[in-house]
Amino acid sequence: MEEQEFIPKIVGFLCNWCAYTAADTAGVSRLQMPPSIMVVRVMCSGRVDPLFVLSAFLRGADGVLVAGCWPGQCHYQKGNLHARRRAAMLKSIFETLGLEMTDRFRLSWVSASEAPRFAEVARGFTKEVEQLGPSPIWDEAFL
Amino acid sequence: MLEGLKINKGAEEAVRDLLRSLLESGRVSGVLALGRTGRGNGGVAYSLFTDPDAFGADGVALPLLPFMPANAGGLLSRLTLKGPLAEPVAVVVKPCELRAFIELVKRNQGSPDNLLLISSTCGGVYPLEVGANDALEERLPGYWEAVKQGELDSDIRPTCRACVHFVPDNADITVALLGEADLDTQCALYLNTEKGAAFIEGLEDLQGTPLLGELEAEPIQRSRDQRAAYREELFAGVEAGLEGLIRTFGRCIGCHACKTVCPICYCSLCYFDSQDCEYRPEVYETELERKGGLRLPPNTIFFQLGRLAHVSVSCVGCGMCTDVCPADIPLSTIFSKVGDSVQALFDYQPGRDVTEEVPLMTFEEEELVQVAT
Repeated sequence: MEEQEFIPKIVGFLCNWCAYTAADTAGVSRLQMPPSIMVVRVMCSGRVDPLFVLSAFLRGADGVLVAGCWPGQCHYQKGNLHARRRAAMLKSIFETLGLEMTDRFRLSWVSASEAPRFAEVARGFTKEVEQLGPSPIWDEAFL
Repeated sequence: MLEGLKINKGAEEAVRDLLRSLLESGRVSGVLALGRTGRGNGGVAYSLFTDPDAFGADGVALPLLPFMPANAGGLLSRLTLKGPLAEPVAVVVKPCELRAFIELVKRNQGSPDNLLLISSTCGGVYPLEVGANDALEERLPGYWEAVKQGELDSDIRPTCRACVHFVPDNADITVALLGEADLDTQCALYLNTEKGAAFIEGLEDLQGTPLLGELEAEPIQRSRDQRAAYREELFAGVEAGLEGLIRTFGRCIGCHACKTVCPICYCSLCYFDSQDCEYRPEVYETELERKGGLRLPPNTIFFQLGRLAHVSVSCVGCGMCTDVCPADIPLSTIFSKVGDSVQALFDYQPGRDVTEEVPLMTFEEEELVQVAT
């Protein structure tokens, strides 16, 4: 059997007010993006409980993207700043335990008007995750 | 303000006298401390005492016993959940229990008002199994001998041997224990707050001379260095990577006892006990199709990582989780190691200051810029 090309499965938590709109516009504008990001629309990047990220990873996601508004532009004023602290904490946990999830996790700021940036983030992150290869958790029976 | 009191009695006796006279004079209406249950022949538990006789020479209270049947931080939170106690109560707890309580107060889970917080420079506590089989009594002479020299008994909780925060931060009164060579004949009480001093001043049965000298003396420093070294040693033993994670938590039976005894885990309904977290039959099917096998019960690593995400920022390193784990997972070491790195990120030390906000409940406008890419 011919070996299939590896297309990473990335769970993307996108803020309704910015990154989700940007992703939508990027699609409508037919910007080139790999079909790797599975979008979960959230009302704010601050809605993303660390457990969402962990849950995605432990169910085999190759990458997790959290995208929200630039600091100072949050629709709810400060949700993204809470998200930033949580992201820092998660990365710190992953690093301390020597888990490669730290490289498979990304937080990005993408405003509603930045469709090209969203496409770039999608391409760039997908490439990074591609290089890491499939998540070892995907077929790990223990988890 | 009186800053300290030197009493010409052994520490155990002096503390008992202090508590008894606080009760007798009516300055406090109750005392929360360790004591024997079941008229003196049961086990040891935290108890609320209102009878001064409990602190008599052969009373059932054991305020300085090196034992932690539950983290008293959680107990205090339960007592003061709806607001400050109506009447003043003195509590005698270990430094980590005090830190846990402060963390809970920050989360609106308790109130320190009307509590007289008494703690001590801690020489560690014995694991639950030692206390449960009556072996504790035999070990006490050796324990106190070691404490006098500023050393630690090798049988105390590993977490305690690796604890660098053994000098209480927020106590109204600190009883000097560690490294006090004349512990049997003299007792030094440090009055850290005006509240502490006000409770003590003019107490008739408690005669002493004003205390001179610093709590942070050489034995304390030495113990801190020794414990810091052992901490590194323990941390180095935490297995890294996914493989390590699986090996470490492979033994987890999913009993959630660590969560139950954790003072920081205060949610009355835990996500991990909820229906949301339950594997439905169809999920088993999809997972099996993909993996060809599934570990049962599932979600143990999710539980542990999730708990790390929720708790590590406030983990006080009390060691209850390790102590109750039936599978002998060194939970406290892992949580302390991760906790240290997360807390360093926010320059935060749990339980240090009640006015400091929990890092995940606040933020700075300009910070952690490198986290978002």
